[in-house]
Amino acid sequence: MADKLTLDIVTPYGHIFTDEVDEIAASGSEGEFGVLPEHASFLTTLRIGMLTYKKGAETGIFFISSGYAEVGPDKVTILADSAERSDDINVERAKAAMKRAEERLKEIEKFDHARATASLERAIMRIQVVEKRTIR
Amino acid sequence: MATLRDIKKRIKAVQNTQKITKAMKMVSAAKLRKVQNRMLDLRPYADKMHDVLMSLAKGADREAHPLLAFRPRKTVEVVVITSDRGLCGAFNTNILKTAQRCIDDYKKESFGVSISTVGKKARDYFKRRGVPMRNSWTGISGNVSFLNAQEIANDIKDNFINETIDEVAIVYNAFKSMASQTVTVAQLLPLAPVEEGKEESAFEVAAAGFIYEPSMTAIFDRLIPRNVDIQIYRALLESSASEEAARMSAMENATKSCNEMVGTLTLQFNKARQASITGELMDIVGGVEALKG
Repeated sequence: MADKLTLDIVTPYGHIFTDEVDEIAASGSEGEFGVLPEHASFLTTLRIGMLTYKKGAETGIFFISSGYAEVGPDKVTILADSAERSDDINVERAKAAMKRAEERLKEIEKFDHARATASLERAIMRIQVVEKRTIR
Repeated sequence: MATLRDIKKRIKAVQNTQKITKAMKMVSAAKLRKVQNRMLDLRPYADKMHDVLMSLAKGADREAHPLLAFRPRKTVEVVVITSDRGLCGAFNTNILKTAQRCIDDYKKESFGVSISTVGKKARDYFKRRGVPMRNSWTGISGNVSFLNAQEIANDIKDNFINETIDEVAIVYNAFKSMASQTVTVAQLLPLAPVEEGKEESAFEVAAAGFIYEPSMTAIFDRLIPRNVDIQIYRALLESSASEEAARMSAMENATKSCNEMVGTLTLQFNKARQASITGELMDIVGGVEALKG
């Protein structure tokens, strides 16, 4: 009986994280979900959101832009388009991106609406991830 | 016999060549480092994605997605990835040889073969032989980007879904190490079934009873096309890294040969110089003897 989960986060830009953890929470396209060891096999798409894990007293937060999560009894693999540890997020850049996206949304006819919305969502989520870290 | 001046000229020429090969080696080393990093970063992602899809495809209905369809093989597409530039040893020759063998094999089994090429070398090879190509891309090997990969992938996906092609194989150089690149033939579409007899991990067995969210089709719709993009992107990066590595060792060898050649030529030069001095001495001695007499 496994009492630990191996969490792997991989992106096209590298293997971001791998470790044994106790508990994981992530945002799937159908809503937030939590994973404990011995979870049923499960495959879901991820939306832009955050992923948190607990390992003993230690917790970690990641920003995840869309991707997939594959959950097995003792293993969780996240295939993300991009992922950043909360400490690595550049808040200034995220704020700038937010501003840019907001401006683009105002000029609907000039820019791709879906892309601007997605980039706005990503920027907001990055900022939220950082805020969540600093509150604790 | 070559005169002193001729030999000197040749030494100079060889030394100039050596300067060029040395510089090219250095340029390749720098380029290799860049592309190698990107490749190493992508590898775990590409592998994982492939694994996930494999375990999924096993339990899945082949009708679930058009890109999964197994059709009778009428036309097989071979995607050949080479470089744009030469001077990289047997890099392109190896690829083209393997590709040609592949094509011949398919033809023997009387499948239709359609060919797509990436890189000038492959394009020129088939053009020279008068073999028609379905599509060809150039100018990628030097600066691989995900957009390039997507463009190629989209074209292949469209043709697969249209049933213009029923199977896609991809031939490229996989990067093993600085010194070795192996020609790899991989089936890209439809997703190859897992080989029988292969030991299944507990994880894979568990995969059969997957819960899907939002639904299997929705996941397939996103995951399968993306996998094609990623696998092609990976092949392009591997090929590009292999190219630079191959060029590096080719240039290294060339530099070494230059050194050897300069050595032999210098020896020849010294011998000739010695011979001419001896000759001159003989003349002087002869002249002196004559004056005495």
